[in-house]
Amino acid sequence: MNLTQRIITILMVVLGTMATRFLPFLIFGSEKPTPALIQTLGKILPSAALGMLAVYCFKDVSFSTGSHGLPEIISLILIIFIHSWKKNMLLSISAGTICYMLLVQMVF
Amino acid sequence: MKHNTKKAALKAAFPYTLPICAGFLFLGTAYGIYMRVSGFPAVYPMIMSLTIFAGSMEFVTVNLLLGAFNPIGALFLTLMVNARHLFYGISMLEKYKNTGWKKWYLIFGMCDESFSINVSVDAPQGVDRGWFMFFVTLLNQLYWFAGATLGGLFGNLIQFNAEGLEFVMTALLVVIFLDQWMKETQHYSSLIGIGCTIFALFLFGSSNFLIPSMLFILAILTIFRNPIEKAGETT
Repeated sequence: MNLTQRIITILMVVLGTMATRFLPFLIFGSEKPTPALIQTLGKILPSAALGMLAVYCFKDVSFSTGSHGLPEIISLILIIFIHSWKKNMLLSISAGTICYMLLVQMVF
Repeated sequence: MKHNTKKAALKAAFPYTLPICAGFLFLGTAYGIYMRVSGFPAVYPMIMSLTIFAGSMEFVTVNLLLGAFNPIGALFLTLMVNARHLFYGISMLEKYKNTGWKKWYLIFGMCDESFSINVSVDAPQGVDRGWFMFFVTLLNQLYWFAGATLGGLFGNLIQFNAEGLEFVMTALLVVIFLDQWMKETQHYSSLIGIGCTIFALFLFGSSNFLIPSMLFILAILTIFRNPIEKAGETT
């Protein structure tokens, strides 16, 4: 690819990304009232979207090969435990990450 | 007055972005190094981290740039990889309202991490909601840009055993989900989100599951929207 082709390719990726981000606002974001179905979805969708995103993070974990996903599972359980106990976001994230790093560097 | 509003919002937003600071500096650096070893000067990761600002897609774009010129293919691939933003947009329609010009930047910078914080955290008492979400988004983008720049410029000098540090993003998104779970009075939507995604992951595999899982979620939520909404209000 020459420079022009590279710039066009990057612009296409920017365009695609911005389309997915702006589209709902361009369709429903104006002065006219949002349709009832979309309003309802807007209320109940966030929880499902966060659940989807949480699972998405584990998409490349392989349970049948390598470390069988054990570092991920152990760190996940630790995060759930510490977060239900202390409810401190930074503490839970640091503990989970340090646990994972120790496991992949020293144990598995 | 105006100045204090901004300062208070920045102060309130910063702690929430700390885990993302660690994660984005690491992943951004990895991305910059990846571009560097793929033969692109630092200006590429710098510009791409500012304009695309969608981490996973930026890694994919490196492969696009190394392949044959196919702009329409690039566009459609981007739409598929980033379709999840449509869910974020629908979720943020109300929250981003009445934030003035900042609304356009909030939408532009709505990556996974900025979305999860802005959808689940309410600005503290007395802090301007629009500026709070603005600084969450801006700080996150600055971290990503800084990482990509560092990796692109000095990638060959960095020596640090950071294996596993990328888990900080997973930990963040899990904790945000847990927070939401503990706040809500019923868990139908959360469980539908998790269930549909796991189901689609098993059915379609890790590179093709996102669109089917979004369709499953959308279908089930649409069918059961009234009982789910009622359950959330009455309890």
